[in-house]
Amino acid sequence: MFGWFLRGAGSRVKTTRYPPEFDSNVGISPGRPIATQFASSQEADNAAVQCPTQAITAHDNMADINVSRCVHCMACSHGEAAMKWQNDYDWATLSGAGASTTTRPFKKSLHIRLVDSGSCDAVIQEIKQLAKPYYNMHKLGFFITPTPRHADVLMVAGPVTSHMRLALKKTYDAMPGPKWVLAVGNCAISGCVFAPSFMAAGTVSSVIPVDVQVPGCPPPPLAILHGLLVLTGRAQEAPPHVTTTIAEVPL
Amino acid sequence: MNQPLNHIDQQIPIALRDELGDRVSGIVELESGLLLAAVCRADALPSAVAWLVEQRKYRFATLVVQALPSGDQLDYWFYKPDNGPWVKLSVRLSSDAREVPSVSEQVHAVDWHERQAEDLFGLVFTGHPKLGDFVLHEEWPEGINPMRPEFNVFKPMVEKEVDPQWRPEKILHTPGAFLMPIGPVYSDYAESAQFFLETVGEDVVRMIPRFFFKYRGVERLAEGRSVREVLLMVERFSGTSAVAHATAFCRSVESIGQVAIPPRAEALRLVAAELERIRHHFGLLSDMCHSTGMIVPSADIDIMEEEALRLSAQWAGHRYLYGLIAPGGMARDFSQSDMALLIAQVSRLADDARLLYERLQFTSSFLDRFEGVGVVPNTNAQRLGLVGPIARASDFKTDLRVHAPYGLYRQCPLEAEALESEGDGYARIRVLFAEVFSSVELINKAMANLPTGAVITPVEAVVAGEALGSVEAPKGAAFHFVRMGGDGRVARLQMATPSFTNWHGFHLAAENFAFQDFPIMMASFGLSIAESDR
Repeated sequence: MFGWFLRGAGSRVKTTRYPPEFDSNVGISPGRPIATQFASSQEADNAAVQCPTQAITAHDNMADINVSRCVHCMACSHGEAAMKWQNDYDWATLSGAGASTTTRPFKKSLHIRLVDSGSCDAVIQEIKQLAKPYYNMHKLGFFITPTPRHADVLMVAGPVTSHMRLALKKTYDAMPGPKWVLAVGNCAISGCVFAPSFMAAGTVSSVIPVDVQVPGCPPPPLAILHGLLVLTGRAQEAPPHVTTTIAEVPL
Repeated sequence: MNQPLNHIDQQIPIALRDELGDRVSGIVELESGLLLAAVCRADALPSAVAWLVEQRKYRFATLVVQALPSGDQLDYWFYKPDNGPWVKLSVRLSSDAREVPSVSEQVHAVDWHERQAEDLFGLVFTGHPKLGDFVLHEEWPEGINPMRPEFNVFKPMVEKEVDPQWRPEKILHTPGAFLMPIGPVYSDYAESAQFFLETVGEDVVRMIPRFFFKYRGVERLAEGRSVREVLLMVERFSGTSAVAHATAFCRSVESIGQVAIPPRAEALRLVAAELERIRHHFGLLSDMCHSTGMIVPSADIDIMEEEALRLSAQWAGHRYLYGLIAPGGMARDFSQSDMALLIAQVSRLADDARLLYERLQFTSSFLDRFEGVGVVPNTNAQRLGLVGPIARASDFKTDLRVHAPYGLYRQCPLEAEALESEGDGYARIRVLFAEVFSSVELINKAMANLPTGAVITPVEAVVAGEALGSVEAPKGAAFHFVRMGGDGRVARLQMATPSFTNWHGFHLAAENFAFQDFPIMMASFGLSIAESDR
C-alpha cells in the first residue's frame, strides 16, 4: 500500500493548464479543417468533392466548411486539394434560439448527467477522460452525477436512436430546473453518418432543447471542457463558422 | 479466408459428401480450395451443422441472411482453427417461405444470430425456444422488418410508450425476492443497456440483459451506399475498435475486387491494429482498477491511455485512428521519423505497464475482488463460442491472428497466444497485460523490416461479388460479410462483432454473485454496447 502512495506522489502533475492557458500539447486534438482559399475554382471544387459527408462547399476559389458535418475522416488533410487544418479545440457554440448561459450561482459548481443515446464508444471514452488526471475537470467545479435528480446539465451523445428517445426525454424531465443541455459530438448535432433514418432522429434538439453544441467526431476532451466553460459563461464560444445552418443533406 | 494453407484438410470435401450424402448439393471449392460452399436442404441443416461442429471441430463464425429476389438465402459460415478450409452452408428458401429449422440447440453460438434474423427479416426458426423482441423492442410494430427490401429506410418510426413496460419472467418466488432493473440510463459513464437482477437482497441469483437500445441499423443504412460512405460508418459505429472493423470491411472489399494490397500497407495495418489494441486494453484495465476503487493504479493507467491516444494523434492525425485504413491499403504513408517516434513511445508505455502490472500482482485488496469473480468455465466458453481475451482467459484458443492468420500475421506470427485457465476476472487481467506486451513485440517485429514502396493499390471499379473478411479486433474475432452489387455499391453488409458474441455469454458468468460484484464483473468483461448493438 505504501508503494502506491509513493507511486501516486511520484508521478508529477499531469493536468492541463487550460484554462486559462492554451494547451498546445501534441495529440490533444485531431484538429479540423477551416475555410480555405485556393488558387482556382477548380481546386476548390476538388476539395469539395473529396469530402464524403458533403461538409465542404466550394464558392469560386473558396472552400467553406460546415463543421457540424465534418467527421475528421482526414481525407482533406493531405493530398493535392488539402484544406488548411487548425489544431485547436475551442469548438463549442451556443445553439441558436433560446440558448442561454448559466446564471451566476452555477458558475463554479455544476453537476452533469450523461446520456448515451446511441453514441460510439469513442465519445464516451473522451468524456471519461475529463475526470482523469490529464484533464481533471473537478478542479473547475464540474462533476458527473449518477442521477438526473442531482444534475444541472444533461450531456447527450449519439444520434438519438428510437429506443433511447423515451429514456432521454424521461431523464430530462427528471432533472430539476434550471437545467441545460449539452449536445456532444456531431452525431448529436446533425446525425451525421448515422441519421436521420428509420432508427435515429439525428438531432438531440428534435427531442429536448439544446443550449450548447460541441462538434467533433469524437470531440476531444478539451473541446467538451470548452463546451462546459461556454455554458457557464467562463469562455467565449467559437467564432461562427461559415455555414451556420445544418444543411439538409439527402442520404 | 484467403490465407495460404500449408496443410489443408483434404478430407473435408470428401467427408462432407460422404457424411451428408444427398442432404447437401453443389459442393464447390472456391478461392483455390480455401472455401467450401455447399447448398444444404433446410430439413438437413441441424444434422449437417452438428456434424461439422462436433465431429470436424469447426467453429461457427456468422450467420448471414440475404433477402434476394429469388427468396431468402441463409449462409452459415464456419472456420477451422487449424487452417482447414472455411465452410459455407447455404439454405435457400423459396420466395414466400419464411421457416427454417433452428440449429441453436446443436450450436449454441447461433442462438442470438437467429433471434436477430427473426426480428430483422421476419424469419421463423422452428424449434428455437425463445424468439420475440430482441433487436426491436416492444414499441416497434409487429410484422415490420427493417431488413426486408421493401422497408423504407428514411421514414422515421414514431415510438410510443408501452404500458406496462417489458419485464422478464421471474423464476424466483421466495419471500423477499424481487427483480431489480438497472438502466438504460445508469451509473456515471455507462453505455445504454438494461440489466434485470433477480435477487433476494444481497445475493443475485441471475441476471437478464437487454440490449439494442443503441441500435442504429448500420447494416441497413449501408445498403445502396458507396464503399467510401460505408467505411465511415464501419469505423464510427464502435469508435474504440475503428481500425479493426475498417480492416475487416476493407479486406472483404479487396477480396471481392481481387486486389492485392502492397506489403508496406500490410505492415502498417498490423502496426495500427496493435497500437489500437494497446490503447484499448489500457482503457479496459483502467475501468477494472476503477471498479475496485483503486484510485492510484487507475490514474496511472489513465495516464498511459491518454498518452497512447496522444501518440495515435501525433502519428496518424486522429486520436482513435479514424481515416487511416482505406480499401486497397492505407490512406497515408509515414516517414522514418514518424515510425521511430511510434516505436520509442510504445516501448516506453510497455515499460510503464510492466511496472504497474508487477505492483498490482502484490496488491491483495485488488486481487481479492477479482479472483473467482465472474467465472466462465472452459466448457461454457466453448459451448457459446466466446471470442477474444474473455475466451482466452478460459483456456479457449480463439486468436484469429494465430488460427486464421491474415495480412502480415502470416509472415510475422504472434509468438504465443495469451492463455489462462481459471476463467475469472484475474485471469482476464493477466490476458490483457500479456496481449499489451505481445502487441509491442509485434510492432517491433513488423518495423524491423518495414518494406518500402506504395501504401495503396487503387481499387478500380468494384465488381459484383461477396466475401467474408475476418480480423482479430481488440475484443475478439470480428467477421464482416460484404456483398457488392454490380453498380459498385454495397448491396449487403453483415457484421458479427466480438461484443455481440461475448454478451451472449455474460449471463452465465453473472449467476449467483454478490450484488457489489456486479460493476466489477461488468468491468472485467469490458464489452462494448455500441459494438454489439450496431
